[in-house]
Amino acid sequence: MEKTVNQRAWLLVIPVLILVAFSSIIPMMTVVNYSFQDTFGGNDFFWVGLEWYRELLHSERLWDAFGRQLLFSFIILAIEIPLGILVALSMPKKGISASICLVLMSLPLLIPYNVVGTIWQVFGRADIGLLGRVLSDLGISYNYSQNAFDAWVTVIAMDVWHWTSLVALLSYAGLRSIPNAYYQAAMIDQASRWNVFRYIELPKMRGVLMIAILLRFMDSFMIYTEPFVLTGGGPGNATTFLSIDLVKMALGQFDLGPAAAFSLMYFLVILLISYVFYTVMISIDKSEAQQ
Amino acid sequence: MNDAALKKKSRFKFRLSTVVITAYLLFLLIPIYWLVIMSFKSNSEILGAFTLFPENFTFKNYQTILTDASWYMGYVNSFIYVSLNTVISLTVALPAAYAFSRYRFFGDNHLFFWLLTNRMAPPAVFALPFFQLYSSVSLFDTHIAVALAHCLFNVPLAVWILEGFMRGVPREIDETAFIDGYGFTRFFTKIFIPMIAPGIGVTAFFCFMFSWVELLLSRTLTSVDAKPITAIMTRTVSASGLDWGVLAAAGVLTIIPGAIVIYFVRNHIAKGFALGRV
Repeated sequence: MEKTVNQRAWLLVIPVLILVAFSSIIPMMTVVNYSFQDTFGGNDFFWVGLEWYRELLHSERLWDAFGRQLLFSFIILAIEIPLGILVALSMPKKGISASICLVLMSLPLLIPYNVVGTIWQVFGRADIGLLGRVLSDLGISYNYSQNAFDAWVTVIAMDVWHWTSLVALLSYAGLRSIPNAYYQAAMIDQASRWNVFRYIELPKMRGVLMIAILLRFMDSFMIYTEPFVLTGGGPGNATTFLSIDLVKMALGQFDLGPAAAFSLMYFLVILLISYVFYTVMISIDKSEAQQ
Repeated sequence: MNDAALKKKSRFKFRLSTVVITAYLLFLLIPIYWLVIMSFKSNSEILGAFTLFPENFTFKNYQTILTDASWYMGYVNSFIYVSLNTVISLTVALPAAYAFSRYRFFGDNHLFFWLLTNRMAPPAVFALPFFQLYSSVSLFDTHIAVALAHCLFNVPLAVWILEGFMRGVPREIDETAFIDGYGFTRFFTKIFIPMIAPGIGVTAFFCFMFSWVELLLSRTLTSVDAKPITAIMTRTVSASGLDWGVLAAAGVLTIIPGAIVIYFVRNHIAKGFALGRV
């Protein structure tokens, strides 16, 4: 049914506008201000125009962090989305076992980010961790704080551990909404398992999968606390992702100008990619509403 | 395909899915098991013997936390700002979500996307400006500062989820109520809110969750009086670095509130994660 036009609906939105403006627009303006200015400490600021942006676009450090970030988000999506779908397909459909699965799977999602880092720290360490100990007993050399490759594997395993359940829960919700008649029809047609997945389940999960991809992309692209606790961005700069680099610049070195310019470009990249996802999502919503 | 083959195939599928789900749950639970076990060990056992189960079962680590105010106040602080944030987010998001789900108005789509962009903003971008903003209005190191800062991502999320749930309520109900002479406020509080109670519960759960797990902003905005447990943990790691038992116990205690709230919303959680859109 079409929504009715009512301009007074604005009144209902005003509280949200005020609150979000206070916590978003005002701080954002500070960032914009800083990004065009330089300071020698104190409150003496002077205008430097696009200087910081020019500097950052030629900064190898930033491009390296950006490359690592893209690679990380790509690997995360490539593992978590298929794995999440597989887990959702394997979940019990109803009864007490389904409830237990739901509760256990949600557990990692509710653990504070730094505790997630701590869990993997004490799990992976060669001296006290179960994983580190078992691997070294098997004769596999593994040390996430020394070896860059091991650090990457651990950070990715940690994120898969932390967030795959989100994808699985979303897909599960999508699967539950498929009427039984669809499966009965497929059975009469003697459709193979793959065809049932390809032509019934996957299309019906399209909407929720878009949400999953959007959320996982956004959150993996701004990941900070978990790798910060686990590796501190190391060894060297191997796991220094954009947020870690930015916090180092802003709160560690107090390079306000460059950090502000960095922030704005960072935000714009996320915004741009998310806008594409969002537009696709809305059009899926609409096409489903028409069906 | 004859009957026997079909039966055999389905039994095989059943087993395969059981294997997958069991393996996945083990993968999730083993690291948590290791943390829990470690919290019951003494430091010498953690660093010395490698044991799958504590040989000298001890509650000393928990005792340290529960008797030291600088530790347990962290939990109290976290609870205060998380609750404040949940209440604020729901209060402002409910009417806004209703407006988005029921009416078209000037700029509605743009406004909705703009709200979402705040969910997409990296907290790292806001850490420094927030610090300056809340310091300048002398709210630094207060619970309300953290609660307001977390509204940045929780309010858009709350609007998004609630709008999804409200969309599922037929509009005829509103129209009938208005014809029956209900005013907007009375209709909203007496009829509409009870109807979407599960949606509100799920939204509260998500606000609780994302405020509870966040570290960067809550650490930046507090120093002593409102310092959350997560920040206290990181400080202790860097200061002593060796007290693994207490660190593990503190970690376990941060998992428990989450586990309790999940239990209450377990039947709606999947729909909530789909932002009410299934």
